[in-house]
Amino acid sequence: MANVFTRMGDWVNERAPGMMPAYRKHMTEYYAPKNFNLWYYFGSLALLVLVNQIVTGIFLTMNYKTSAAEAFASVEYIMRDVEWGWLIRYMHSTGASLFFVVVFLHMFRGLLYGSYKKPRELVWLLGMLIFLVLMAEAFMGYVLPWGNMSFWGAKVIISLFGTIPVIGSTLVEWIMGDYLPADATLNRFFALHVIALPLVLLLLVVLHIAALHEVGSNNPDGVEIKKGPKGNRWDALKPADGIPFHPYYTVKDLVGVGFFLLIAAFIIFFAPTFGGWFLEHDNFIPANNLTTPPLIKPVWYFTPFYAIVRMVPSAFGTAVWGVLAMFGAIAVLFALPWIDVGKVKSIRYRGTGYKVALGLFVFAFFGLGAIGTDITAELIPELFGDVNVTFWENLFGRTMTLIYFGYFVFLWFYTHLGWEKTKPVPERVTTHD
Amino acid sequence: MTKRQFSMKQILFSSALALGLLLGSVSAMAAEGGVELPSAGVNLRDQASLQRGARLFFNYCVGCHSLKFQRYQRMAEDLGLTEDEVMKNLNFTGAKFGDTVVSHMPEDSAKQWFGKAPPDLSLEVRARTADWVYGYLNSFYLDPSRPVGWNNTVFPNASMPFPLWELQGVQTAVKKPGSEDVEKLELSQPGRMTPAQYQQAARDLTNFLAYVSEPAALQRHAYGIWVILFLALFTLLAYALKKEYWKDVH
Repeated sequence: MANVFTRMGDWVNERAPGMMPAYRKHMTEYYAPKNFNLWYYFGSLALLVLVNQIVTGIFLTMNYKTSAAEAFASVEYIMRDVEWGWLIRYMHSTGASLFFVVVFLHMFRGLLYGSYKKPRELVWLLGMLIFLVLMAEAFMGYVLPWGNMSFWGAKVIISLFGTIPVIGSTLVEWIMGDYLPADATLNRFFALHVIALPLVLLLLVVLHIAALHEVGSNNPDGVEIKKGPKGNRWDALKPADGIPFHPYYTVKDLVGVGFFLLIAAFIIFFAPTFGGWFLEHDNFIPANNLTTPPLIKPVWYFTPFYAIVRMVPSAFGTAVWGVLAMFGAIAVLFALPWIDVGKVKSIRYRGTGYKVALGLFVFAFFGLGAIGTDITAELIPELFGDVNVTFWENLFGRTMTLIYFGYFVFLWFYTHLGWEKTKPVPERVTTHD
Repeated sequence: MTKRQFSMKQILFSSALALGLLLGSVSAMAAEGGVELPSAGVNLRDQASLQRGARLFFNYCVGCHSLKFQRYQRMAEDLGLTEDEVMKNLNFTGAKFGDTVVSHMPEDSAKQWFGKAPPDLSLEVRARTADWVYGYLNSFYLDPSRPVGWNNTVFPNASMPFPLWELQGVQTAVKKPGSEDVEKLELSQPGRMTPAQYQQAARDLTNFLAYVSEPAALQRHAYGIWVILFLALFTLLAYALKKEYWKDVH
């Protein structure tokens, strides 16, 4: 039997001699730092969710009807009449939200340990492109069930483009293919959601990982193991603090997968709407262009950015500034490797200023999320009684917006002008022998 | 050698995230409607309650409201009823066993009578929450100023008459002094049921509509625990495997 496998292996190797070297390069002979911590699970988990979205998505398309007249009913058909359809749909809808949970944590890991810094700028840029495409993918997927929040969410988000002077209204019509989100909109969003964007996403993920494996992974100490001493148990020329990705990190990531699936399964089986956060109440009402939901808000993962639109006031007769600020909030992240030029990567050895700034940045992100989800509008009267809610919400929201952008401004001055007082960085990862 | 698997900071950040999500879901639940809603106490395992709810629905509601995504056959299977029971006692429209529940009220006349067609209730509980439906069923009161003679504190100026009045009786509104706001509802004419009996009936009906809004919930709950147990075992084994492989990494 073993002989058969060896011969099969040889047969393949003769015809595709590049395959085994590629496997070794990326798996058994990719030396990752040995000191990865909790934060390093989220990359592989994002990949897991991506695969889940593609596989469950394929099964959903088998019964989903791409038509404004039939889409809503076809989703309920999947939920009720398709064998295991409910499970497939909940895996897809829960997966969408958890995708953003793991991607946000993955990106935050990059901020904690300076993973975007030289020589990993390209890894960061590709990752940011993935984030951008993922947002478009999620937005279009959210429209497909054609519930009332799908409809109104689509209308509000698309009309953001309408604020662009001169071409705005024409652009909005061009995007929707109609004067309202309608059948034409649904069909093109389906095409983009199911074919175009997933292809782009997969390509970007391959490039993201390829770029990472060229330069090697960063780690919680932010030291370059390639610049440290050479020679480990497997290879005399490879970093002493590196261990083969496979089997070490594959088995470790498997533990992360187990924990993650436990949480995911709990949501899928016991709280699939997650109290109206993953599947919103108003989206169980069919799309209706005459009945506006009481509160139009995007799904939770867009709310920090959506809040920025709401918080930036109109000026010079146009509301485009809020939209620009929202896109700016994402665009500025692309430039992060050139804004923060501090030599020390990991928060463990960075100056106090950085730690405080990052803490404030996270606070602002949650604060903006609270505004976008309307938590503040309920919390302000509860905490402070009979006050002018809009005034205080705007004050809070604008402060949070300033802190969000202030993070980048501060970092530029902090690192370009050499204000940062760093701690000494160790020569090797702190957990070496 | 220093092992730093979970630092304090990491735990704090993760807890903050979890707390944020939790707070969010709590406030989302509290955000439904302007009035305080009592809990509907939905329990899909209470098959007797679901059956009573179905009976109420098919006696009092199906005249106007459809359940266009709910099949009679599926309902029979899930509620522990036979085909005969469903077809004789619950199906008054002559639909086939495999059909969905469609009201026979013509949409045109409905619009004439009530101003708008009575909504399909297949997903009412998911769209509004069970507590809302339960509160709604408890909050009808006599209001001669409305076209149908009834009003509702949970859904003010709804254009729905109150077919369950013969069970609950007639409630009238006690207004706040010097205001049109309703302070509370009083039972001014008792119905066939005591208030406690009617509340149970409203619970049963809500329970049934909760089932209809997501029949898969029965399957979810049945399979969920086994999936969780399997994953717990898987995670344990994966952890043991990791420990074994990592023995020689220092």
